Amino acid sequence: MATTSGRILIVDDEYSVRDSLYHWFRKDGYQVQSAENAAAALKVLQDQRFEVILLDIKMPGMDGMELQQHIQQIDPQAAVIMITAFASVDTAVRALKQGAFDYVTKPIDPDELSHLVLRAMEQRRLREENSQLRETIDGLVAVDEIIGDSPPMRKVLELVEHVAKTDATVLILGESGTGKEVIARAIHANSRRRYFPVVAVNCGALPENLLESELFGHEKGAFTGAQFRRKGKIEMADGGTLFLDEVGAINTKMQVDLLRVLETREVTRIGGGRPIKVDFRVICATNENLEAAVREGRFREDFYYRINVFTIELPPLRARRSDIPALANHFMHRFASQMDKRITQINPEAMELLSAHDWPGNVRELSNAIERAMVVGVPPAIRPEDLPLRKPIRNDLPADQSLAEMEKRHIAAVLERAGGNVTQAAEILQVDRVTVYNKIKKYGLRT
Amino acid sequence: MGVLYLVPIFCGDARDLVAPLAAKLASVFRLRVEQHPPSFDPELAFDAARGQYNSRLLLRQLLNQQGGATRILGVAGVDLFIPVLTYVFGEAQLDGPAAVVSSYRLDAQLYGLPANRELLFQRLVKEAVHELGHTFNLVHCHRPGCVMLSSPYVEGIDQKSEQFCDACLRSLRQAG
Repeated sequence: MATTSGRILIVDDEYSVRDSLYHWFRKDGYQVQSAENAAAALKVLQDQRFEVILLDIKMPGMDGMELQQHIQQIDPQAAVIMITAFASVDTAVRALKQGAFDYVTKPIDPDELSHLVLRAMEQRRLREENSQLRETIDGLVAVDEIIGDSPPMRKVLELVEHVAKTDATVLILGESGTGKEVIARAIHANSRRRYFPVVAVNCGALPENLLESELFGHEKGAFTGAQFRRKGKIEMADGGTLFLDEVGAINTKMQVDLLRVLETREVTRIGGGRPIKVDFRVICATNENLEAAVREGRFREDFYYRINVFTIELPPLRARRSDIPALANHFMHRFASQMDKRITQINPEAMELLSAHDWPGNVRELSNAIERAMVVGVPPAIRPEDLPLRKPIRNDLPADQSLAEMEKRHIAAVLERAGGNVTQAAEILQVDRVTVYNKIKKYGLRT
Repeated sequence: MGVLYLVPIFCGDARDLVAPLAAKLASVFRLRVEQHPPSFDPELAFDAARGQYNSRLLLRQLLNQQGGATRILGVAGVDLFIPVLTYVFGEAQLDGPAAVVSSYRLDAQLYGLPANRELLFQRLVKEAVHELGHTFNLVHCHRPGCVMLSSPYVEGIDQKSEQFCDACLRSLRQAG
C-alpha cells in the first residue's frame, strides 16, 4: 500500500531518461509527467502544479538554468532538482543560488534519488504549511486586537462568534477606521477555515483593469504584459476566506462576474477557457450606503442581496466612548514596544481629552494619535500636549444640540478651513473622500 | 490457471537457482511457471560505456516474447541499469505483464563477503516477488517487512520478508 503522494515533472531532452524516470517514480506512487524541452515544460506548468521538478541542465533551446528562473516565477514553491551528466561547481552554485533544491550528477544512486525527492516533497509541504500558518497567526492576532467591553462591541463580538461557526457570507458595515478588516479576520480565525488562507483585496485601492486581474488571475498572454500565468486572489482563497474590502467600489460589470463566481464556486482566469473550482467563504466590507447605491443604480441589487446575507454593523468610536481608555492603552503598549520607549501610562488629563474627542477617523485615528504622542512624548506618561487634539470647550456646547448637529458643524468647519476642497477636508478629518461626500449629502452641506 | 514465463538471461552461476525460484513464484502468485530461453539477443541491451545491461530495453524484448503468458519475468545474472541511476536490482511494468530481476548485486561476494547461496536465493525470491508485484499494479509500500518496500540496498532487502502485507495482498487479489 503506497503512502507516498505528490506530483513530479521530468524535463529532459533524452527519451530514455524521461521514460525510465517516469516508470521509476510511478512505482514509488507519485503522479508523473514529462516534457522533452523547456517550451513543453512551460506549457504543462500553465495548467498544473508539481511539488518536484527534475530538470536536465543541457537541453537544446532554453537550457535548464534559464527554465529554472521561469519556474521560480510561475511557482516559487516548487522544489527544482537540477540533473546533469557534466558536473561543474559553477553551474551547481548558480543553480542553488537561483533557488534550486539540489543539484545532482547522473548516474545517481537509486536510494539517493528516492530520498532526495522525498525530502523535496517534504520541504514543499512544510513551505505551504508555513505559509498557511502565518496566515492563521495573522488572523489569530486580530482576535486579540478586538478591544471593547462596551455594549455595542459586546454585541458585535457575539455576532462574530455566531457567524464564525457558519459559512454564511458576511457584510461588515462601518465608517472608515472602525476595524472592519479586524472583524473579518476574527471571523476567519474562529471558523473551520482558520487553517487555510484569508485573502484580502482592497477593491477601492486598485484601478478597475488591475482589480479584475487581481481577483480572477490571468493566463499567459491574456493581455500586454501578461508574461506568465498568474493565480487570482479568488483561487488563492481556496479552502479559506476571501475578504473584499470597499466592496462598493467594484464596478457593475465586475459585480456580474463576481456574482457568477459566488453562485457557481468556479472561477475562470482572464484569457483562460477552463473554469476552476474554488471553495471559499466571502466577507465583504464597506463604509458606503449600499442601499442608496442600489437605488441610484451604482450597485446591482442581485449582487447586494448575494453579499448581504449576514450583516455586522460596527459602531463608530464616538458611540462606544467607554472603550477609548482600553484602546488607547493597548496602542500605547504596542508602540512602546515597537519604539522601545519607556512610556507606560496616559495621564488622567490626556485620557480625558481622548475620551471627549469625536474621532471621525475612529480607531485608526486614535491609533495614529497615540503613535504621534509616543514619538513626541517624554517618559513615563503621555500628556495632553503630546496629543494632536484640541481641548474640548465644554461651555460652548449648547446643551440641547444632538451628536449629529455637532458632527455637521465640525465637518462644515473643516470644509471651510479647506476652502471647500474635499480631498483636503478628508485628510484633516482622517477619513476617505467617499465618507466626506456621504456626510455632505447627509447634512446638505455646500463645498 | 494463468502462466508465468521465466526467461533466464546470462544466469551463469545463478542458473541452478532458477528452478527453485520458479516453484516459489508458482506458490505465491498461483500461476503455472514455464521456463523459456530468451527469443531475443540480450546483448542488444548491453551498454559498453557502462558495462551494464539496460533493463528498459530488456523489458521491451521480454514483452515481445510474452505470447499467451499472463506474466513474463526475465532472470538475469548480469548487472542492470536505467539511465540516470547507477544500477537497479530489477524493473517492471506497472500494471503490465513484463518484469526483469538480476542476481548480480544480490551476491554477497560482490561486496567482498563470503559466498552465501541461501542468502542469494532469499534475496532473489524477494526481488522477483517485488517486481512481479509491480506488474499487478502494486506501488512501493511503506509498511515494514512488506515485500513491496523499496530497497535500493541489499541490506534493505534482507530486512523485509518475501510476503505481501495485508493491504498489498488485498490489492493483489483484486488485481489478480
